[in-house]
Amino acid sequence: MRITQGQFSFLDELTDEEIEAQISYALSNDWAIMVEYTDDPHPRNNLWEMWKAPAFDLEPDEAGEAMKDVVACREAYPNHYVKVVAYDASLGRQTSAMSFIVNRPAEEPGFRLERQEKRDRQMHYTIQAYSAQDAMGRRYGNEGDLASTRDPAAVQDATPGRDSPLGANGSAAEAEPASDEGVGDS
Amino acid sequence: MSENGAGDTKDRWAAGVTPYAEMGYWNADYEPKDTDVLCAFRITPQEGVDAIEAAAAVAGESSTATWTVVWTDRLTPHEHYQAKAYSVEEVQGSEPKQYIAKIAYDIDLFEEGSVANLTSSIIGNVFGFKALKALRLEDMRIPPQYLKTFQGPPHGIIMEREYLDKFGRPLLGATTKPKLGLSAKNYGRVVYEALRGGLDFTKDDENINSQPFMRWRDRYIHAMEAVNRASAVTGEVKGHYLNVTAASMEEMYERAEFAKELGSIIIMQDLTVGYVAMQSMSKWARANGMILHLHRAGHGTYTRQKTHGVSFRVIAKWCRMIGVDHIHAGTVVGKLEGDPGMIRGYYDVCRERFNKANPETGLYFDQDWASLARVMPVASGGIHAGQMHQLLHYLGEDTVLQFGGGTIGHPMGIAAGATANRVAVEAMIKARNEGADYYADGPDILHEAAKGVPELGSALEVWKDITFDFESTDTADVTATPTTTS
Repeated sequence: MRITQGQFSFLDELTDEEIEAQISYALSNDWAIMVEYTDDPHPRNNLWEMWKAPAFDLEPDEAGEAMKDVVACREAYPNHYVKVVAYDASLGRQTSAMSFIVNRPAEEPGFRLERQEKRDRQMHYTIQAYSAQDAMGRRYGNEGDLASTRDPAAVQDATPGRDSPLGANGSAAEAEPASDEGVGDS
Repeated sequence: MSENGAGDTKDRWAAGVTPYAEMGYWNADYEPKDTDVLCAFRITPQEGVDAIEAAAAVAGESSTATWTVVWTDRLTPHEHYQAKAYSVEEVQGSEPKQYIAKIAYDIDLFEEGSVANLTSSIIGNVFGFKALKALRLEDMRIPPQYLKTFQGPPHGIIMEREYLDKFGRPLLGATTKPKLGLSAKNYGRVVYEALRGGLDFTKDDENINSQPFMRWRDRYIHAMEAVNRASAVTGEVKGHYLNVTAASMEEMYERAEFAKELGSIIIMQDLTVGYVAMQSMSKWARANGMILHLHRAGHGTYTRQKTHGVSFRVIAKWCRMIGVDHIHAGTVVGKLEGDPGMIRGYYDVCRERFNKANPETGLYFDQDWASLARVMPVASGGIHAGQMHQLLHYLGEDTVLQFGGGTIGHPMGIAAGATANRVAVEAMIKARNEGADYYADGPDILHEAAKGVPELGSALEVWKDITFDFESTDTADVTATPTTTS
């Protein structure tokens, strides 16, 4: 199945040029740009991981800068869902203004609908992503590394060439810290 | 008569009938206070009735007055409680003569948080007044001090979008058809097909309540099976507006509770249930995290004619105060009444933080909404995918486009109809964001998007000649003057 969240899931996959055009539109409206990724595409997961802090200060002609983040996130997570979000901080909006998927796993197994029969013909429904059977970071055929709570872009900056923020044995604590502050357990 | 209408004090209290204008209900010098409720009425006086006296009569009958002088007024600081007509302007070119009368009401005239009380005052008595041929409430300015006594929409546009996790495009819906006669299982089939095909919402129609062919409980159960299955096959949040309209408030609560038990994210009610029931349901919806849709069933009986009744922009204001999350507000291009300027006014009332007075959209007053949540306007009635550029142009992005026949009547099936609508809206948004002149080039954008999407191609073909081009009944008194640059 094809998950159809976001603004453009019923169209052909957007080319990089088309993605950049959408980012330009967002910047021309003074919206911030965020790149987010996940391997938990449940329809009510509205907290995808942030690739970086939102880019608040880009000029309308700097869509290319945001595009670099899109490309970097996609390269780090080629088999995850990645989306671009435009955020409108203006008074009375203060919410997302755009949201569209720019990368998806090669295979999308979709969701199981679980029914729990209750009294009087009532039904209790739950949706489970087939992929969510596996631990975060080991879904969609991704191997080995478990997800960390580290900011992935920061880890990548600290250890160039590493394509994920994770330690070789899958432990976040093993990853080289980006700063003296370390990762923390909480 | 003196400038402010009040005659000599002794004369004012003489027993008998005194013209309203002379009793203090007309005051040309009155400067409305920031806390006043203001009304604009379109008045058509009977032959021989002076316009100012007619306006004063409306002010009087909608506030303290009765037909004769009563000495008991003197037990009160009556001037405080008198509504004051402060402006009367002839509508150019009207025949018989119409006038726009503006009337100010002190905030003390109204119970806090009660649209029932507000409307009993403003439209309670005066519309049958013999001295007038016709009377129409065109607009109201509700002061923030009074607005702040209302809850407003249970969630509003922003919260609804965050619940749905859907941004940057109009939402799509369809009303289940045929309106009447489907069994619960067949009904669920229509819901499932439309939602899996790409719509965000499906909807009960206004007159689907609990009839012999399908009782409400059976419909709810089957609709929710369809919603959840559609959500599972698309990965999207989906919803079906379960109509909780019923004969009594107790039954409405029972239905709403059951909808909640089944996990529905949205319910609906009809305008016919009345302002009090609507406001009760609004509080329930806020307390239970339920999006609340309103079908404006019956409004055409009093909103459509230009000289008599209540303008829909006023109904929209009341509904934002009562608190609904969705309201049907017209389509411009569909089968139901709708002048573009007037519809724009309704949408602005629903969606803006502040409405600037604008004669072209029928807004007579500035209106500060005092952070009351925004209502999502719903466009429904005779619209189809081929109009997507017009719909986006006229109605904007924060709207639900409801294609009933335009989904279910698709030659390739219901899901195909839904897909056609979804592809059309996504293609149009994408083109607009890319800087295309999407209004002028809409048909080309749609035909381009239809390549490789037979569902859209087929929709464009079958409905290509469908337009509803009739003159509007309700129009602005002024029209925009075209300039050489536009």
